[in-house]
Amino acid sequence: MIALVAAPFGLKPYGIYLLSLWVVMTIAAIGLNLTLGYAGQISLAQGAFVGIGAYAAALLTTSGWPLWMAFLLAIALSLAIGWLLGYPALRVQHHYLAFVTLSFATLVFLMLRNEEWLTKGVYGISGIPRPTLFGWAAKAPIAFYFFCLGILTLVSLATWWLVRSPWGRAFTALRENPIRADSLGVDTRRYTLMAFAIGSALGGISGVLYAPLVQFIEPTAFNLNLSLNLLLMVMVGGSGYFLGPFLGAAVSVLLPEWARFGSDALYLIMYAIAVMVLMAFCPSGLLGLAHRVLKR
Amino acid sequence: MLPAFFVLAAMKFGGLSFTWALLVGLLVALLVLGLLFKQLVVDPILRHGVLPLVISTLGLALLMKEGVKEFYSAEAQGFPSPWGGTNLTVFGAVISAQSLVIIAVAIAAVGLLQWFLAGTRTGRQMQATAQNPQLARVLGIPVDRMILYTFLVNAALVALASFLVSPIYLAKFTNGELLGLAAFVAAIVGGFNQVRGAIVGGLLLGVADNFVAAYWSAQYRAAIPLFLLIAVILWRPQGLLGRAEERTV
Repeated sequence: MIALVAAPFGLKPYGIYLLSLWVVMTIAAIGLNLTLGYAGQISLAQGAFVGIGAYAAALLTTSGWPLWMAFLLAIALSLAIGWLLGYPALRVQHHYLAFVTLSFATLVFLMLRNEEWLTKGVYGISGIPRPTLFGWAAKAPIAFYFFCLGILTLVSLATWWLVRSPWGRAFTALRENPIRADSLGVDTRRYTLMAFAIGSALGGISGVLYAPLVQFIEPTAFNLNLSLNLLLMVMVGGSGYFLGPFLGAAVSVLLPEWARFGSDALYLIMYAIAVMVLMAFCPSGLLGLAHRVLKR
Repeated sequence: MLPAFFVLAAMKFGGLSFTWALLVGLLVALLVLGLLFKQLVVDPILRHGVLPLVISTLGLALLMKEGVKEFYSAEAQGFPSPWGGTNLTVFGAVISAQSLVIIAVAIAAVGLLQWFLAGTRTGRQMQATAQNPQLARVLGIPVDRMILYTFLVNAALVALASFLVSPIYLAKFTNGELLGLAAFVAAIVGGFNQVRGAIVGGLLLGVADNFVAAYWSAQYRAAIPLFLLIAVILWRPQGLLGRAEERTV
């Protein structure tokens, strides 16, 4: 924790940008971890919810509204859409949520691109201002990094509380054995929907932070690739582990940048091979590997 | 995407003519996308579950794309086609010979596959393996070899699709993503456990996609497969021609 606070001092602006990006992606990954790791549902739409949050923030703040309103709007929208999306899909069979979220993610991307009257389409929205918190302007890279870090801390505490609560235990029951959970009286459908909706809301929060971070957003950043990347982050870090998203986001955001200095062109190839080898030997991710090593 | 680049590499580095390069490309595709894919990627990971396999294939896709981009070229390459740009006029409508050949080859391939699965002994053994692997093993069917055959057939069909499509879309390392997604959706819409379902799904998807693009909205054409997918999942989850599969509790 102290390392996180001390980290940005002494880094160039690009390094601070990377750290802030890591924080933002971790928030989205925590949401996906809730849906996937704790409730056992595969969601391929997390990137779309990040996009919804980002565009909500961009549209509101460029019109002069404060950032906290964007937070509220993003959370409300993501919760509602997550609930509506999951409702018909879960009626049918367990893994069809994956297909429906796949379609939804592509649909959101298409709408962001085509509805130019709202989103300015491929031209994107630029000049997104950074927030001012009780008179403290979070405009400089380091200041904004601390703002993001603060939000991450709040989100982590909230998720920690959720996972330790009876709701969290219901989620775990859903993941381990949904049929047995059903027979014990746990309303599987409602809890799955809740996990998915809360996970999506966290994606929206992440998007609201993403927009002022990069200060220019356009639809391609929020297509299926982002959702797949977030899924990769959760799995590589260790799905179901609390610190999994932190590690997974670090691997996905920071590792390619470090490796880039070593071997200019092959870093993505090595990253891809590393991911495949990891999945072959330890599918419960890096934290699962650590868990196994420590248990011995 | 990859088989087309195997052919191009055979022509460029091996100096082979187009027909020989096609053959070499097909064989290499069978080897790499069939045998190696199964032995190195699917077998070690599948026993851990489906989701790690999904992530691995994400990594593999990245690897293939970056590999082609690095070791061949990042630019789109022309892919030769034996029938060129000839057009036929049928009842006043102009149809390119390319399209007719693609349809003919696709129908022939599916017909051949259907005959293989239903008519030959190996095909029936493959079906038995799919329906009940344990009982198949009891009956003496080499289950692992049947699974390998499935991957080989897949590799061959993928190579065929690549050779047919690359002359139109040019060979580029980003090819195949949209097509792969459409193929996936077509398989689900048609019904996962029937070959006929794949034809129906593919045809329905292709026709709907193009009609929507031409007569309604070109921007939302990519949404048609998705709407079809959601409609099928809600109202007929086993696909249009599939059989409903029960789960044991």
